[in-house]
Amino acid sequence: MIAFILRRLVQSVIVMLTVALVAFSLFRFVGDPIASMVGQETTLAERAELREALGLNDPFIVQFWSFVARAATGDFGISYRLQQPVMELILSRLPATLELALVSGILAFLFGVGFGVYTALRRGNWLSGSIMTISLIGVSLPTFLIGVLLIWVFAVELQWLPSFGRGDTVYIGDWWRTGLLTESGRASLILPAITLGLYQMTLIMRLVRAEMLEVLRTDYIKFARARGLSNRAVHFGHALKNTLVPVITITGLQMGSIIAFSIITETVFQWPGVGALFIRSVQFVDVPVMAAYLMLIALVFVVINLVVDLLYYAVDPRLRVDRANARH
Amino acid sequence: MPEPLLSVRDLVVEFPTRRGVLRALDKVSFDIAEGEVLGMVGESGAGKSLTGAAIIGLLEPPGRIAGGEIWLRGERIDNLAREKMRRIRGRRIGMVFQDPLTSLNPLYTVAEQLTETIRTHIDVSEKEARKRAIALLDRVGIPAASRRIDDYPHHFSGGMRQRVVIALALAAEPELVIADEPTTALDVSVQAQIIDVLKEICAERGASVMLITHDMGVIAETADRVAVLYAGRLAEIGPVRDVIQAAEHPYTVGLMGSIPTLTQTADRLTQIPGAMPRLNAIPTGCAFNPRCTRVMDRCRIDRPELAARPGGRQVSCWLYDTAMEAADG
Ligand SMILES: Nc1ncnc2c1ncn2[C@@H]1O[C@H](COP(=O)(O)OP(=O)(O)OP(=O)(O)O)[C@@H](O)[C@H]1O
Ligand code: SF4
Ligand SMILES: [Mg+2]
Repeated sequence: MIAFILRRLVQSVIVMLTVALVAFSLFRFVGDPIASMVGQETTLAERAELREALGLNDPFIVQFWSFVARAATGDFGISYRLQQPVMELILSRLPATLELALVSGILAFLFGVGFGVYTALRRGNWLSGSIMTISLIGVSLPTFLIGVLLIWVFAVELQWLPSFGRGDTVYIGDWWRTGLLTESGRASLILPAITLGLYQMTLIMRLVRAEMLEVLRTDYIKFARARGLSNRAVHFGHALKNTLVPVITITGLQMGSIIAFSIITETVFQWPGVGALFIRSVQFVDVPVMAAYLMLIALVFVVINLVVDLLYYAVDPRLRVDRANARH
Repeated sequence: MPEPLLSVRDLVVEFPTRRGVLRALDKVSFDIAEGEVLGMVGESGAGKSLTGAAIIGLLEPPGRIAGGEIWLRGERIDNLAREKMRRIRGRRIGMVFQDPLTSLNPLYTVAEQLTETIRTHIDVSEKEARKRAIALLDRVGIPAASRRIDDYPHHFSGGMRQRVVIALALAAEPELVIADEPTTALDVSVQAQIIDVLKEICAERGASVMLITHDMGVIAETADRVAVLYAGRLAEIGPVRDVIQAAEHPYTVGLMGSIPTLTQTADRLTQIPGAMPRLNAIPTGCAFNPRCTRVMDRCRIDRPELAARPGGRQVSCWLYDTAMEAADG
C-alpha cells in the first residue's frame, strides 16, 4: 500500500514537471516578457538591464529551475494585464470554478448513474428508449450550443433563471466567496451546471448502462437470483456495486475534464471563474496567468488521479490482497 | 406410491427466434422422490441446464415455458407469480452452478453473502444468521470456518469456493438441490470430495438432488436414478444400476459404451458416431434416428413416447413398443 502510494506520487511529480516545462516554454516562445512589462519609452539599455535583473539571460536549466521552485510556493509572478500577483487572481476566482465544477460533477454522477441503472433494468420500455435518444443528442451537441439553448429557453423565454454571472455571493472564511448560500447564487448556478455536466452525465449514463448489463449477465448475479434474493438486493446490492467499480474511475477522471472544460461554460455564462480568466489572458497574451492556469489544471488532474486510485483500492477487495500478497 | 417431491409433466421450453420457434425441451416428464438423487445426463446442448433453469424459474428470456407443468410437493410452481417463485428459490429449491470462480460476488465476503441468503428466507437476527453460516461452512468442510468466513471469495481455492457455493445453496435448507455440473470446472483431485460433501449433506437433511453431469462415473456412484436427455427429449429414465448395466434405448446403450472403466481413462459422452441435431433440424419421428444402429422405417415417421417398462424404467423407443412386441410374440 505504502509502496503503491509512493510510486504514484513519483509519477505525479514527473507529470507536474513535464507540464511545468510546457508552461515555462510559454514565457520564452509566446511574446516577449520584457515587451509586456515595460512602456513604449523605455530605452534599449534599460530593457537589457531589466532582462539581466529578471535572470532572463541565465542558462535555460537555471531559469527553469527557479520557475519550478517559485511555482512550488505558489509564486507565478505578476499578471501582465492586471498588475496583480497571479496566485491572488487565481485564488479569488477559483471558488467560482470549483463550485460550478463540483455541482456539475455531482449532478452528472447522480443522474448518470440513475439513468444508467434505469435504462439497463428497463430495457425496451418507452421511457428508457427516450432517455437513450435524448442522451445521444446530449453527446452530439457542442457545449456552447447547449448553454445558449438553455439561456434562450429558461432565461429569455421563461425568465425563470438568470442568464449570466454568479448572483449574490458571501464569504466563507477569508477568501472563499460562495454562491451556494444565497438564493440568487443557487439560481445562477443551475443553468451553467447543467450545461457543464450534461456531456459527462451522458457519458456516465452510457457507461453505467453498458457495465450494468454486463454485470447482470454474470454468474454471480444468476446465483444471487437462484438464492431467492429480492430484485432490489440483486440489482442494487449486487449488480450496482460491481457496476460502480469501473464507473468510479471514469467519473473521477471526468472531474478533471469538467474543470478544464469549464472554460467554455464560463465564457457562455460570463461566470467569473478561472476558465474565463484564462480566456481573457489568452486574448492579452498574459503569459504568467496562462502558465499558472496550465499548472493548476495539471495539478487538479494529478490529484484526482491519485484520489481515484485510492478509492478504487478501497472499493475492490481483490486489489487490496493482491498488493498485500505481492509484498510478502 | 407416495407423492413425489418434484414432478415435471410434459415440460416444453421454447425460444422464439426470427426464423421460427426453437423447441429446446420437448415434453420432458420425470419425478424426483423425497430424498432421491436423480442424475441427468446427455450430450452438450441436450437441454440439461434448461431443465434446471425451468424448474427454478430462471429461464432467460426469450426462453419460456411453452407447455407442461412443474409440481413441487403437490403445488404447481411453473405459473407462480414472480414474487412467490422468488420465495421458493433458495428456500425450497437450491441451485449449484458449474463454475465456483464466477458464482460468488467478488465484492462481498463469504459471511455477507451467507447471512444475506439466510436472512432473506429465515427470520433470524444477524448474529444468529452468522452462527448458522459458520456451522454451515464448517459442515461443508471449510477449515477454521469461524475465521475464514470473513474472507472474500478470491481468498479461497476453486474446490473451497465450490464448498462455499454449496453452503450458499443450502443456506435456507431447501428440499431440492439442482446441481448443474458442480465439478466440471474443478481440478480432478477435488471433484470426488465435492460430490461427496454435496451428497452427504443432502442425505443428512433429506433433501433431494437433481445432479446434472457429463460424468457417468459420478452418476453410477451417486445417483439413485438416472435420466438420459437427447435433443430436448427424454430417451430413458430408470434406476441407475438397471440403466447402466442393461440400457434399453439405443442412445443410452451407446452412452454406456463410453463409461470409463477402472482400467481405461475417461472419455466424454461422444462415442456414438454422428452428432446431436441442432434445434432447428430435429428429424421427424425419433430424434435419434439418423444415428441409431437399429433404426426402423417407423422411427423416421412417428415419434416414440416415453413408455413404462418393467422395473420402474421408462424408455422412448419403438423397439419397446408393447403393441409391437405383442405382435412379434
Ligand atoms: N437464448 C437461446 N436461444 C436459442 N437457443 C438456446 C438459447 N439458450 C439455449 N439454447 C439452446 O437450448 C439447448 C439446450 O441448452 P442447455 O444449456 O440446456 O444444454 P446442456 O444440456 O446444459 O448442455 P451443456 O452440457 O453444454 O451444459 C441448446 O441446444 C441451446 O442451443
Ligand atoms: S425409436 Fe427407432 S431410431 Fe429411435 S432409438 Fe428407438 S430404434 Fe432407434
Ligand atoms: Mg449445461
